[in-house]
Amino acid sequence: MSADNQFPQWEVFIQSKTGLPYKHVGNVHAADGELALQNARDLYTRRQEGTSIWVLPTDQIVASNPDDSDAFFDPAEDKIYRAATYYTMPKGAKHI
Amino acid sequence: MEDVNRLEAFQAKIDREEKIEPKDWMPDDYRKHLIRQISQHAHSEVVGMQPEGQWISRAPSLRAKVVLLAKVQDEAGHGLYLYSAAESLGISRDELLEQLHTEKAKYSSIFNYPTLTWADMGAVGWLVDGAAIVNQVSLQRTSYGPYSRGMVRICKEESFHQRQGYEIISEMALGSPEQKQMAQDALNRMWWPSLMMFGPHDADSPNTGNATKWKIKRETNDELRQKFIDKTIQQATVIGLTVPDPDLKWNEETEHYDFGPIDWSELKEVIHGRGPCNKQRLNHHRKAHNDGAWVREAANAYAQKQRDKKKVA
Repeated sequence: MSADNQFPQWEVFIQSKTGLPYKHVGNVHAADGELALQNARDLYTRRQEGTSIWVLPTDQIVASNPDDSDAFFDPAEDKIYRAATYYTMPKGAKHI
Repeated sequence: MEDVNRLEAFQAKIDREEKIEPKDWMPDDYRKHLIRQISQHAHSEVVGMQPEGQWISRAPSLRAKVVLLAKVQDEAGHGLYLYSAAESLGISRDELLEQLHTEKAKYSSIFNYPTLTWADMGAVGWLVDGAAIVNQVSLQRTSYGPYSRGMVRICKEESFHQRQGYEIISEMALGSPEQKQMAQDALNRMWWPSLMMFGPHDADSPNTGNATKWKIKRETNDELRQKFIDKTIQQATVIGLTVPDPDLKWNEETEHYDFGPIDWSELKEVIHGRGPCNKQRLNHHRKAHNDGAWVREAANAYAQKQRDKKKVA
């Protein structure tokens, strides 16, 4: 078979309703962004799953490395005072 | 030494029911097993469009036609979800297709049987998709994240497929005597091949070993086959059809149906390329792929032109 390639890969993000965050749903192959959008529509919104779609080239994503995730996320580990439940409220106080 | 530690950490993660993601370390055999299984699954979805696609232009009503069209379109989508999952393991779409075309990768043997009458559209949806659903529901809990997510999506869509098939076959089974005969004939031909879709008995299954330990497979072939039989018999009874198995009997003790011996020699013949439609299916896929080459070329040329324009501007 020739090097008849299946186009670059694009990651697909869908907003299911206005007001909600975009969520990663998968990827498609396409020659350019416009076709990637159309492919994403055909593949991921056949049942009205979305009102808006983002596509971006897979090779443009910068991702953290799972092997380093312990060290990478370590700064957040010992800061429990960032959670609301850390604080003691006086007895009887309401709506707080 | 490092690999031993990594292997232990990997197994511990699986034992804690955490999913393995594409960039995580994994043993080579885990990767290989998944590529083989997911690509086979993807090819099955894609080749599976053919026996049904043949009936789109011959559907007996406009409703039946739009439904079948939507269903075949879903199968294409399911194939793409699965190719995506396979690609996340480091194999390219081109390699996957090449493996199919050179017969290095397989697809489900069920699609090497012909679909002879409209009743077969019912039997395929009801039994073939029904069997696929039993397998796919179980695979939603598979240990590899992208495969699991693909299965969740597919299961959501697949239940329409089984219901449309059952609707077709029940309409025929409850119709004229000739229609009922066609429905029964379709069931007779599809029943045993559907049971074989679950693969060999556990005792003879060459690929089970690590797949269970690594939680790629969550239930065994025999467990899944039994689940399928137990729920399908009731559905056959409701519409007055009987499965072609004289040994089929409810077992009070096990609370499952006992069933007769499966003719594995037939499955072997079909797997080794000697089924009724093997050549036809593969040739059709190769032809469709080659006929589409000019579209891919044109799309690439257009994209290149757009990029060049941007550079100049």
